[in-house]
Amino acid sequence: MVKCLEQEGVSVVFGYPGVAICPFYDSILDSDIRTILIRTEQNAAHAASGYARNNGGVGVCAVTSGPGATNLITGIATAFADSIPLVCITGQVNSELLGSDVFQEADITGAVESFVKYSYLVRDVDDIPRIFKEAFHIAGTGRKGPVLIDVPIDIQNATIRNFKYPDSVNMRTYKPTLKGHAVQIAKVLKELEKAKRPIICAGGGVKLSGAEAELVAFAEKYRIPVVTTMMGIGAIPTEHPLHYGMVGNNGKAYANRAMNESDLLIVVGARVADRAVSQPDLITKNKVLVHIDVDPAEIGKNAGASIPLVGDVKHIFEDFAKQEIVCDHDDWINTLNEYRYTMKKVRITNPEYVDPERLIHTLSMKMQEDAIYVADVGQNQIWSCAYHVVRKGKFFTSGGMGTMGYSIPAAMGAKLATPEKQVVAVCGDGSFQMSMMELATMRQHGIHTKIIVLANKVLGMVREYQHFTYQDRYSVIDLTGSPDLSKIAEAYGMKYIRVEKDNQIDEKLEELLADDASVIMECVIDPDDIVR
Amino acid sequence: MKKIYSVLVENRSGVLCKVAGLFSRRCYNIDSLAVGETDDPQVSCITIVSSGTQRTIEQIEKQLNKKLDVIKVKTFNEEQSYSRELMLVKVKYNKGNRKDILEICQMMKADIVDVSKSQMMLQIIDTPENVQKLIGQLASISIVEVARTGTLALPKCSDN
Repeated sequence: MVKCLEQEGVSVVFGYPGVAICPFYDSILDSDIRTILIRTEQNAAHAASGYARNNGGVGVCAVTSGPGATNLITGIATAFADSIPLVCITGQVNSELLGSDVFQEADITGAVESFVKYSYLVRDVDDIPRIFKEAFHIAGTGRKGPVLIDVPIDIQNATIRNFKYPDSVNMRTYKPTLKGHAVQIAKVLKELEKAKRPIICAGGGVKLSGAEAELVAFAEKYRIPVVTTMMGIGAIPTEHPLHYGMVGNNGKAYANRAMNESDLLIVVGARVADRAVSQPDLITKNKVLVHIDVDPAEIGKNAGASIPLVGDVKHIFEDFAKQEIVCDHDDWINTLNEYRYTMKKVRITNPEYVDPERLIHTLSMKMQEDAIYVADVGQNQIWSCAYHVVRKGKFFTSGGMGTMGYSIPAAMGAKLATPEKQVVAVCGDGSFQMSMMELATMRQHGIHTKIIVLANKVLGMVREYQHFTYQDRYSVIDLTGSPDLSKIAEAYGMKYIRVEKDNQIDEKLEELLADDASVIMECVIDPDDIVR
Repeated sequence: MKKIYSVLVENRSGVLCKVAGLFSRRCYNIDSLAVGETDDPQVSCITIVSSGTQRTIEQIEKQLNKKLDVIKVKTFNEEQSYSRELMLVKVKYNKGNRKDILEICQMMKADIVDVSKSQMMLQIIDTPENVQKLIGQLASISIVEVARTGTLALPKCSDN
């Protein structure tokens, strides 16, 4: 197994050992692969996810059987919802005892069935090279996603007689379509030529395909406005003149208006899910809907596309670039610029607290240009999406599953992929406490990330929902009893910075970003502040 | 709308569970399901009869194709195919209704495969509609138990 990982060029494995995975963790001692002991299994998958998203490869985690494996499930589901490529290895009880409910036995392949792209339960040691080769191939191609390999301990202890890692994969059931259909491509360009009000809605698929440059080049060539979904943030630099913000119920009003008023909507690598498009019927009415995705099942799932186009986004944009058309929609761009100017929301803020908008915007500008920004889940996420400015860096968050506690382990994984770059995790005081045990991991392995906690002593997003939906009947959102973060920082040997007022933001952020050390920066946020 | 899916899958343990799980997870109906090995022992054929809107039917086919154990999915209507079902049904009989049962068997082309002093087992291989009809006809006679295979179907023969 370790040899297979070496063959795949894996350099880091995140995990937590137990008896059932000990043969693997024993062998890895003889390898150059770095092991990171996380503090709870869920975070192994999140860390591997942050790592994979940052370096474009496949993230690897390895945990033990039973509770180790079941703890991993939320992390796997989070990666699945965002199509992040992972190979998750779980130890399993002796294969002769499978099915007899012995100590730490869990049917993990059964349990994760609806959250993985594929899973294996290894029954024969000689299958290991083929299975690992397939697993990395499946995870990292087509619509990416997590693959789980469950390996009974006796199989881990067995020896492969003639180890040979396969050069290629031969699966008759898995051949993703990467190249777009020429006829469909021509149709799209023809529609673009006719369109008066075209717009591109870019999703996470653009980033997963590594097609950011191609997308921007295409948009610039024909002056097509671009909006993004939450997962698509960063597909085009935030302040690009053709970028009109994030769509959806937490997005910009002018982005939604632009999408609804367009006559040609090109959805690229996005699922048209409820948070981005609350009424899928609206985006098919009075317009031509082009849907580009590598997963044919996404096309037509939530909205019927006029022109479906299956293929890898990068391939398709390369093919678009090979053809020339003439089009002009300056009027449309002028209209959108006007919307952007007149529909800009003005926030009402309390001067006694730190304004998240100002904090996040200033942070974006003071961070290194290519820094990695990881947003958690909750109000902090929505503010991050609204005010973070992606320049040349990357933006990660748990978009599909909305898993609280994602930011710290994912930032840790991202930092390991590019130690030279700044990595900042932004979370709330609720999400911080869901993964604060990983501060030990950061200290143990010398992983320096900046953690910004937007602290309002409540579960802000739920509170906001209860404010609007239940007329201020607040239920189970009070975080009283939370630890003193300065003492937490001290306990883990980290620097602590506290920001209480807006006028401290600049100075404190400079202090935060001055060196590479791990820092917890606590920002006092108004509990009454809302994201709307 | 009713559709028949003929799904060729890798003959491995757990595959049926994955396919059936897909239907339950995505709230698709299964009207009937039948599984068996094909001429290639490495390949099984799962025949599923399902119903739903046009969009659901398309999604079912796409989601099935997405499963990595699925080799091929063929979707067809009842009119484009021949479908058959096998049913074994056990009934209680007495002197009074014995003749009626025999008449029903003759009319419905069912065979008697086993008989005791008080029970008879009938077998029918026919379209799902006719199998259902036989149940209806036997309802007035007391049915002890029923076992059905679920629909098996193949598209009609063609020369292409």
